[in-house]
Amino acid sequence: MIALVDYGAGNLTSVRKALSALGAEFMTPEQPPDVKGARAVIVPGVGHFAATSALHEEWRVAIGGAARAGTPLFGICVGMQWLFEGSDEAPGVAGLGVMKGRIARLDGDAEKRLKVPHVGWNALDFTREARLLRGLDSGAQVYFTHSYAAPVTSECIAATTHANTFAAAVERDNIFGVQFHPEKSGDAGLQILRNFLEICDRC
Amino acid sequence: MLTKRIIACLDVRDGQVVKGVQFQQLRHAGDPGELARRYNVEGIDEVVILDITATLEKRQALARTIHAVASEIFLPLTVGGGIRSEEDAAAAVEAGADKVSLNTAALRNPEVITTLAKRYGSQAVIIAIDAKRRDDGFAVYVRSGTTDAARDAVAWAHEAESRGAGEILLTSMDRDGTKAGFDCEMTAAVSDAVDIPVIASGGAGTFDHFTDVFTSGHADAALAASIFHYAESSVADLKHHLRAHGIPVRL
Repeated sequence: MIALVDYGAGNLTSVRKALSALGAEFMTPEQPPDVKGARAVIVPGVGHFAATSALHEEWRVAIGGAARAGTPLFGICVGMQWLFEGSDEAPGVAGLGVMKGRIARLDGDAEKRLKVPHVGWNALDFTREARLLRGLDSGAQVYFTHSYAAPVTSECIAATTHANTFAAAVERDNIFGVQFHPEKSGDAGLQILRNFLEICDRC
Repeated sequence: MLTKRIIACLDVRDGQVVKGVQFQQLRHAGDPGELARRYNVEGIDEVVILDITATLEKRQALARTIHAVASEIFLPLTVGGGIRSEEDAAAAVEAGADKVSLNTAALRNPEVITTLAKRYGSQAVIIAIDAKRRDDGFAVYVRSGTTDAARDAVAWAHEAESRGAGEILLTSMDRDGTKAGFDCEMTAAVSDAVDIPVIASGGAGTFDHFTDVFTSGHADAALAASIFHYAESSVADLKHHLRAHGIPVRL
């Protein structure tokens, strides 16, 4: 059973539908101890980083502990941002800190008409081989909607460029994150979710 | 590079796709799920369901339609038409909508924009503006274009953004249904006034109209309904045309 963490950050219906379409079994943990025993943990989310403050200390211990024990952890959008140390969007709210770096606001470019929020389909430029991106080619298009993003570090597996270049996907050991919405990215997105489910199957 | 989005609009009444368009090329063309699936195969970037049901059972019928479409496609799905309250929006989101589009309700009660943006995030809140050209600017109309709202489209778009809207869906009433092309001047005026994406709507008749609205119209996305119902105007053909004219699209 996969634990799909609902911390009140928007709507989980899309993620649920995509996971169901792929035949995944999942539940929404009511309390932090429910995470124990899950074969994987997914932290989705849209909207504001401050919403992750609902993931208080007990959640952090439960999810962080599971990840350290090798349970696959997948953060989507704000859920990926939460894997990092913190965000300029809500400076008082700490991230889980399993990825190094801080989330910063995207740059726009008035001259090139590049707006923030960054909304729409943009390309993934693969930066290295990664299990999460199997079956896809560099240049694959996925759907983004966000104003903040993670820096490109050694954990970045795909970068995307708007006015500046940011980490669109990260992977280290069994910890994964994507800034875009795989559940809204058509076939490319479903392939990424399928890859994650296959990684879970092998654990 | 961020691509320009092509959005298909499904006008739905009592669970069936309607509007004065030629469905004869399609089988089961009146079924929203079926149509959405076809558009998905052709490479549509997003789908909008515009509900025009006028019965008391509206909400349940709409929820079934949203569920049917959301089960077929894994693309951003917007629902508009008769979203009057936070409860209407919540029902649409619960059924599978990623974004809700508000028009009359937002003008009557602009606080609802902020309420919904706080609850679901700005990315989930689209403000639909129906506007007509006038000597002194672009006049906003509400109640399906029947009532002059006494607001200027540019000023209203700006206010909607400041209240938390995530996108603007701008429809030219002058061009709607004419196939004479998008109102590029109006689209550019609104797009230049806000930082959030602007979706142009109304007037799509040829592929060049899309090229125009993405260049001189400064649009971030373009929405159309009837043009895609013709077999000869597939979404894929449109996107190949746009790419050949230097417009970045997802292919």
